[in-house]
Amino acid sequence: MLKHFIYILVIISSIKVTAQNVKLVKFDEVEKFMNRNSDTTYVINFWATWCNPCVHELPNFVKLDSAYHNKKVKVLLVSLDFPKEFDTKLIPFVNKRKIQSQVWLLDDPDYNAWIDKVDSSWSGSIPATLVLNNKFKMKKFTEKELSFAELNGLVSTFISNDDNQ
Amino acid sequence: MKQKFRKMITLAVMPVLALLVMTSAKSPSEGYKVGDNARDFTLKNIDGSMVSLSNYNLATKGAIVIFTCNHCPVAQAYQDRIIALNNKYQSQGYPVIAINSNDAEAVTADSYENMKLRAKEKGFNFPYLIDQTQEIATAYGATKTPHVFVLQKEGNAFKVKYIGAIDDNKDDASAVKHKYVETAVNELLAGKQVSQNFTKAIGCGIKWKTASASSN
Repeated sequence: MLKHFIYILVIISSIKVTAQNVKLVKFDEVEKFMNRNSDTTYVINFWATWCNPCVHELPNFVKLDSAYHNKKVKVLLVSLDFPKEFDTKLIPFVNKRKIQSQVWLLDDPDYNAWIDKVDSSWSGSIPATLVLNNKFKMKKFTEKELSFAELNGLVSTFISNDDNQ
Repeated sequence: MKQKFRKMITLAVMPVLALLVMTSAKSPSEGYKVGDNARDFTLKNIDGSMVSLSNYNLATKGAIVIFTCNHCPVAQAYQDRIIALNNKYQSQGYPVIAINSNDAEAVTADSYENMKLRAKEKGFNFPYLIDQTQEIATAYGATKTPHVFVLQKEGNAFKVKYIGAIDDNKDDASAVKHKYVETAVNELLAGKQVSQNFTKAIGCGIKWKTASASSN
């Protein structure tokens, strides 16, 4: 009996460990992240497991995250999956692909209230990506699938501002 | 010295790169704004007939043109609400006209044959048209599914009165606070100006035909 209990505990804790980079948030948390007064360059990708071009480009962001791990660059993957599919779709997706980057499911369906706060040029289609650096007052927004070369080129324009990194 | 040279190169290259990024970030079409006249179209319906704004005799006062598709989960979440919109407003002169502009080469689920199947399955009670050349989505400036354009008939012209989302909650129809399209059509029927004539929402990007394989 005790053995079973320990076994279950181990399973539960291991699930938590593999999914600790994934959480549900409201837009204000994303906004706070965007507005951090920092010299770090933030790469925020808006995606969903149901969006084919998003899934197609996602490895580029994971690759970017590891390529710049010793630079002041942070990748945040904001998922627009259905909140009811958090456990059934998003978590298994992240675990299967062993995604280590931060993944936030944005559970805030009043899109009209926040899309413009990300970027006023955003029509609302995904994939969409925002790269910003508040210290350098730099911000770039794209509403299309990005290749690794495009993404890398974009991010390098941000960090080339600071050679001391 | 080397460091300085690198910095100089970076400084020289940066504006070029920035410009490239800005150009590529531009959406595929500027499209319509509220107040513009919407162009007519003649597109094939799932029953094989051709449907135009001008020849669709149920569109006596206007039309609710909705760019949608089969495969997109957001579009799917709205299927029943689109049927309900047509049930409510067709008899009042604002029928729904649904248009699928996705490239079926990229997404086979959005092929003409599959449109017929979906319409039958769901009991679509409105035209479901195929925009094979994507000319209409481009002209209207539709970027995603679903994407709604409420048009009001003025003489022979169809004026754009509302652009955007159906409502403010794709996840739960019962939790909707603002029924944008219903409010807009109700206001038009009452002879008023549309109070909120533009909204934004997350949707699946329209799958444009492209030489590269990047759009799917």
